[in-house]
Parts: sequence; C-alpha cells; structure tokens
Amino acid sequence: MYNFEFHRPTTVDEALRHLKADEAKLLAGGQTLLPTMKQRLAAPKHVVDLGGVTGLSTIDHKGGSLVMGKAGGTVLRGGTLTIGALTTHAQVANSNEVKESLPALASLAGGIGDPAVRNRGTIGGSIANNDPAADYPAACLALGATVVTNKREIAADDFFTGLFETALEPDELILRVVFTAPGRAGYAKFRNPASRYAIVGVFVAERQGEVRVAVTGAGQSGVFRVPAMEAALAKKFDASAVDGIRVDASDLVSDIHAQADYRAHLIGVMAKRAVQMAA
Amino acid sequence: MPKVNLTVNGKPVSADIEARTLLVTMLRETLKLTGTHVGCDTSQCGACVVHVDGKAVKSCTMLAVQADGARVVTIEGLATDGTLHPMQEAFRENHGLQCGFCTPGMIMTAVDLVNREGNELDEHAIREGLEGNLCRCTGYHNIVKSIAAGARAMKGKRRAA
Repeated sequence: MYNFEFHRPTTVDEALRHLKADEAKLLAGGQTLLPTMKQRLAAPKHVVDLGGVTGLSTIDHKGGSLVMGKAGGTVLRGGTLTIGALTTHAQVANSNEVKESLPALASLAGGIGDPAVRNRGTIGGSIANNDPAADYPAACLALGATVVTNKREIAADDFFTGLFETALEPDELILRVVFTAPGRAGYAKFRNPASRYAIVGVFVAERQGEVRVAVTGAGQSGVFRVPAMEAALAKKFDASAVDGIRVDASDLVSDIHAQADYRAHLIGVMAKRAVQMAA
Repeated sequence: MPKVNLTVNGKPVSADIEARTLLVTMLRETLKLTGTHVGCDTSQCGACVVHVDGKAVKSCTMLAVQADGARVVTIEGLATDGTLHPMQEAFRENHGLQCGFCTPGMIMTAVDLVNREGNELDEHAIREGLEGNLCRCTGYHNIVKSIAAGARAMKGKRRAA
C-alpha cells in the first residue's frame, strides 16, 4: 500500500472539507478500500476516515403497525426504516427494528462476508462502492430506497449507474439510506463459497400489488431489474409465476466462477427462492 | 507521522507510525505481539482476528490509525497469570489444532462468538461463526468440538476479552 495523508474528522462538514483535497478518498469500514489499496488498484493521496464522525450509525424506524408475528406475539411491520451510512452489516443484521420491519434486509446483511467483515463493513460504503456482486445494491433497487447525501436525495433507480459507478459527485457523501417497508420481500443468494460475494443474488419486493425484482452478481453493468418477472409476479405472487422467464445471457457476466448461461439459469432459481422466502 | 494510542491487552501503548500501517503490522512489528498471524493478507483466512472495542475484526483489513483510542485484545491477552483461557484450554484438550497457524484467529473468533451468542452453541452456529476463518490441517471437526467445549467452560467466566 502506498502511503497517504490520514484525516480523522469528527463532523460531516469537516469530512467534506478534507474531501476537497487532491485525490482524496472516504474511508468507512474499509473492507473494500483497504484491500484495493493493498493491491495498489487505488492509491489516494488523502484518506478521510469517517470512523470518528458521530451520528451516522443509527437505525431509526417510524410508523408501521403491529401485526401477529410468525413465532407468536406481535411485530412492528411497515413504516419507514432509516439506516445511517456508517451502520455496520452486523448492526443491521442484529437490529430488532430491521428484523421486524424488513426481515429480508436483516438476513441479507447477516449473509455478507463473515462475522469479522460484518463488524467493520457499512451500508454506505457498500452502496458507494457499488461492487457488481455486492448484496445491498439489490436490496436498495428492489425496495426503491432513497439515498440521502449532504446535497440531495437520490432514488435507487438513479443511484447505481454502472460497474463500480454511482450518481455520487466527487464532493458528495452518503448520510443515510431510507427504506419504505414493503408488503413482503425476500433475498436469495447463490454465493461464492470463498469470497461470499453473490454469483447471483435476487431481491424480490412486493408493495400493494407492485413487484420489483433486482439482480446482483450477474450483470455486466452491475445491479439490474427484471421487468418480465416483475409483471408476472404482480399478477400472481408465487414462485411458479417465474417459470419460463429467462434473462438474456448475452448481457451477463462470464468468469471463472460461472458462465453467463449458468448465471441466467441461477437468476430464475434464486428469484423463485426469494419469492418463497418473502415475508 | 501520525501518533496512535491504543490499549492493548489492558496496557496503554503509543507509537508513531506511517498512516498506511495495518493494525496487524503495528501489533506484530511495533509491539512485538506475534501471536496474531498474517495468513492471506486479503481478509479471507481470519488468522489475524483480534478484538477491537469488544468486536472481532480482521486486523489485516484495518489501519492502525483507525484504531486510535480503541481497546484491543489479542491472543496474548487471554491467558491470566500463566493459566490458559477456557477457550485455549478447550483447544488443547480437544486437539483443536495441528500446525497451529490459524489457532489464534480461531480462538479470538470463538470467544467473540460466545460473547455474542452465549455458552450453548450447536454445531451449526459454530460452523457459521467460523465462516471467516480457514484451517488447512484439521478439517475443522476438532475445532468445532473445542469451541463447543470452550463455550461451556466460559460460563460464568465471561471477561473483557
């Protein structure tokens, strides 16, 4: 790793000032940036560590209503879930508010990397990096999340713009991600057993008859939606509705882990599993 | 050079280091605590797991400057007055290691797992908890056995580690 000047601001404003420096990078949990810097694929001159900035790792749930839970007793479903950018995957996975209002998101977070990685990696870091095999982009896109930055609110549909690319401007910092809880949602991932990244991950969300299906791990330009599956599931929210719908393999990734046509097949399988798991 | 202040295994330490110094490098090369190992250096193998403010992290994927002000516990911080920590003792009793290279990370991960999930761990919970730790000798069987036994032995003995 090449050396750099290190900054540890305690406020967002201070972080933004450091970010103006030449070749500055924000460091959240560091679970991607540090390995990338070790390989010298990234060599920022300034690293702005957000670890000292307070108030960005909160989980806040508003609204919703009490319904009977599967295991008996009542759980709070629906409403709006606001997750601070520096909230770790472990925090999201273990949060009672997330488990009750958006269980698919808690289970997605609990399946990222391994326990030690989940203790450091953050939701803001994950979506800002927009790795084409990361889990969170699929959740954000399928749930129609809103990414709130220091400047504006960006709909997930406009946020993920390509491979490791987002709508974020160089002087923009994610503050939080806002999810409106769906009627039901599920996430199924066929993961690489070594890296635990998605070879194919499918997030399905249903809200008042509208269905969104987002796929990660497979697209040549990162996360994408599958309109044909969305239309079929909107008519009938059942795994069988996905039968016979095949994503065009020519737009999918082929690598040492899986060929494009195999990924196309897996999208169908994972979509079905996600529908079956939807809660 | 940035100055880093840490509490390592209960003792305050400070060092002037380059910003790019990894936490594991500071532990091993500056503080000479070589019990924490570097296996893959790519956040896969878990040989470098230590506890930072009570949470298991891969110290090869954290800068020492990020840990400034934190409380760090390494494998050297588990035994007290020459008596092995119950989890260390359980690995010894159950033949939970062969070459021993992965063991410090296994034990730090295991103690973290017990702190999070309690003293009665079934095989599934243990194997899931070990997803980020690789062992190339044992086939994991005796590691899982060791952790189940160590978890029970830790009952009532939970400590800062």
